[in-house]
Formats: sequence, C-alpha cells, structure tokens
Amino acid sequence: MLLIDCPYCGARPELEFVYGGQAHVARPRNPAECSDEQWADFLYWRDNSRGVHAERWRHTHGCGQFFNALRDTTNDHFLATYRVGEAAPALERVARPRT
Amino acid sequence: MQRFSGFSLLRRGLSGHRDWQPQWRKPEPKAAYDAIIVGGGGHGLGAAYYLAKEHNLRNVAVLEKGWIGGGNTGRNTTIIRSNYLRDESAALYDHALKMWEGLSQDLNYNVMFSQRGVMMLAHTVHDVQVFKRHVHANRANRVDNQWLTCEEARAVCPLLRTDDIRYPVLGAAFQSRGGTARHDAVAWGYARAADALGVDIIENCEVTGIRRDANGAVQALETARGLIQARKVGVCAAGHSSVILKMAGVRLPLESYPLQALVSEPVKPIFPCVVMSNTIHAYISQSDKGELVIGAGTDAYTSYTQRGGLHVTSHALEAICELFPMFRRMRMLRSWGGIVDVSPDRSPIIAKTPVPGLYVNCGWGTGGFKATPGSAHLFAWTIAHDRPHAINAPFTIERFRDGRLIDEAAAAAVAH
Repeated sequence: MLLIDCPYCGARPELEFVYGGQAHVARPRNPAECSDEQWADFLYWRDNSRGVHAERWRHTHGCGQFFNALRDTTNDHFLATYRVGEAAPALERVARPRT
Repeated sequence: MQRFSGFSLLRRGLSGHRDWQPQWRKPEPKAAYDAIIVGGGGHGLGAAYYLAKEHNLRNVAVLEKGWIGGGNTGRNTTIIRSNYLRDESAALYDHALKMWEGLSQDLNYNVMFSQRGVMMLAHTVHDVQVFKRHVHANRANRVDNQWLTCEEARAVCPLLRTDDIRYPVLGAAFQSRGGTARHDAVAWGYARAADALGVDIIENCEVTGIRRDANGAVQALETARGLIQARKVGVCAAGHSSVILKMAGVRLPLESYPLQALVSEPVKPIFPCVVMSNTIHAYISQSDKGELVIGAGTDAYTSYTQRGGLHVTSHALEAICELFPMFRRMRMLRSWGGIVDVSPDRSPIIAKTPVPGLYVNCGWGTGGFKATPGSAHLFAWTIAHDRPHAINAPFTIERFRDGRLIDEAAAAAVAH
C-alpha cells in the first residue's frame, strides 16, 4: 500500500485516497469550437508515462481536498505532492527516490 | 520440429527422454525481416505463426524484451469465454473461442483447453437484469450463454454458498463452452509452431527506437541487439504499448494498471468450473496442478511495476471466503502482478496506426488471454493485407475520436 503525503494533512495510507488520473488535463473552455481530435484528446488520450507521472489524488477519507503528485511509475515512489493551482515542481528540485 | 504423439513419447521414453530437441531455436537477429512482431506473448507469437502459416510470410521475427511466457501470457488467470454484450465483441471473442477448440491439434501442443464452463454470479436486481440482457444478446449472436437459478447454479458448483451471506446469490449467467487453458503452454506452443515455420524468436531483445523514412513509414527498429530493418512492424506489447508507440510519435488512448492474481497451495480436484462475481469482486478456478487460481482487481493508479497493494488481493480473498467458506483455511502460495493496458471502452484496438507499416494490437486490458488465438489470427491478417479483417474493422484507434465506442465496461466479469 502506498504512503501518500497529502499537502494538507501529511502522510496517510493509500486507502484514504481516491486516484484521479493524469493531472493538468484542462477541459477546453468552449467544447463547441473544438475539433473532434481536440475533444477526443481531452476525453481519452493520456500520456501513460513510464517514469515521472503528474497525477491527481483526492484525500476523500481525510480533508476531502484534491491535490497533485509526481510519482515514478517504474517504482511507485512519490517524488512530490503539491496543491491544485500550483505548477508541477521542477524535477531537479525534488528528491530522487531510493531505487 | 519433433512432433508430439503417444508414440513419440513412448519411443523417447525407451531412450530415457534424452533425445528431445529444444522447442524453439535461439537465433541471432538477422539484418532485415519482412515483418517484425514486437512482444513475445501469446498474441505476438500467434500473430507470427499465422503470418507464416496463412500468409506465407516466412521471414518474420518476434522480438521479446524478457523471455517467452514471462509477461502477461504467464500472469493471467487463464479464463476463456466469449459472452460479451456488443455484436462487435461477440464476433471477436467467439472467433477466438472457436479457434481455442482446435488449437491443441493445430499446434500439435496440448494447451490443456478445458471447457468446464464459466459462471458469473448475480447478487443484486441490477446484476440479474444486466446478465439476463447479456444472455439474450449472446443468444441473438449465436453465442451460448444461459441463465441459471440459484439451485441450478449450486447443482453446477456445489461448493457455492448462495444464502446467509452479505450479498446473497440470486442466480448466474453460465457459458458452458467457456473454461480455462494452460497459459504458458499457449505461449510455448505458438513459439514452437512459429519456429518450425522459420520465424525467428529473439528473446532479451528490447526495442529502444523506431526509425522512419522520409515518407514517415517504418524503416527499422533500434534494439538492444542492434538495428533490424523491417517495413512492417506489429506491436503486441500489452501494458507497454504506449511506450513503444511513443517511439514512432503515436499517442494511444490507453492507461496501464497493475492487475494482481494469486494461487493457493495445490489440493485434489474440488472445483468444477470457473466462478466470477462482479459485485463482490472475485474470480476463481482450479488449475490442473490443483492450485486455486484467484484473480484480484486492478490497483487504483497507473503503474509499470508489475506489483500492487496487498489490500487489493486481500479484498478478493475476503470475497472468495464469503462464497466458499471451506477455503478459509487454504494457504496462498504465490501472488504476482501484470501490467494491463486499459482502453476507455474496455475493448481492444487491433488496427493500423497513422504511421505506414506500423500496426498495433493493444488495449486488451484485464481480459486479453481469452482472445489469444483470434486476436493473433486477425492481427496477422491485418498486417498481411494492410487493412483490417471484417471482424476487427470496428476495433480502430479512431473510434474514440468518432464516438463509435464498443462499450464493454459493464461486461467485464469483475469491476476493474
């Protein structure tokens, strides 16, 4: 089970959280003006990164807040967590995990 | 290829079984091939086999990052069925099921296909309505599936506890042509048969790049064992499909999740069929070695680690113990994870890509094993003809752009 560092509450077990998929996927402001490709890209296409992945989590059984995280999908180590609205921390500034 | 038969077994038994050959060669990669399959699982090896057998493409290679049988082909729970809801899916999965029925003879390799029946339990009124709808849709598509009352379900599987549990069993859908097969025998059987037709199976050969010519078409693959030319490349890389396709600049509507399974210590034959429960989330069968084979759900998050959280497997075991209290004292022997590529509509992609000469067979998510022969057969057809077969024509990448989804999210035996 993952240990996730909620930016509001601190480290809590994974069971308290709900995963929210890839982070920073913005809904187009005016869907009617999107091409089919742009709308499908928003709905379905994802990076599915092997390596560092920016993703959303919600501390559902805690503070209830959404937040974002950087996680390495090759070893599931969290590199950073940060609040919604903040930019993802630069990779050289976050601690590299033990491997 | 040394053919297997009762006679050959007897003859080599007389010489102490010392003169069996390896089942496939370990060739060095050639500089160029007519077609290359990336990914040496059942789907990839099968595609190479059908390219050689049915389309007369003999200069074919299969590149495998690890070893044959080490990926998802050896990590699934071996369940085979074809009772999917949509017409497109029923055609695809039943094509595979019909091929399973003759596969051991075709490959001269016993894949231990056993049509012991697959039972899907209904625990709520909603389940009952959904499964009855499936039964009717399947029968309209000439796929066998029948509704069993609680008593009929217990007659098929006497161990099943239907009452006095948190979610009592109200009935079940049962496909008697469904069952199991030995999964690593499928990989080995296809590898051996493809090798006998001249296919080079190259293990420990990770693909690191895809080279394209001035027109954008596929030209060669950069691999851990050097540059290999090919004008046709088929990718069957399961959870790593996004990673491989990204090398050619193609993004896919897929996400990769860990899916876990576990087996118990072996016991005498006790479990007559496959039982699945979507609502309380478990599936179970017994292998011919005697182990109870138990499937858990996917973990919540995308990952490439081939392992998941213990709470996910514990959850599946709690459901098993509820349905089959006599298994409460069984000990679990091994557990593992595989990385599955889940598509938004839970249906696969078997299609051409925007890159000429590059084909993809992916998106099987949590249920690719059952489709192995059909998927391999149709993928080989698509590569050989440079256009999809009628059965896999709806399973494109573009269906997500065009809104022609083949929604099987509710049809998965277990909610993932």
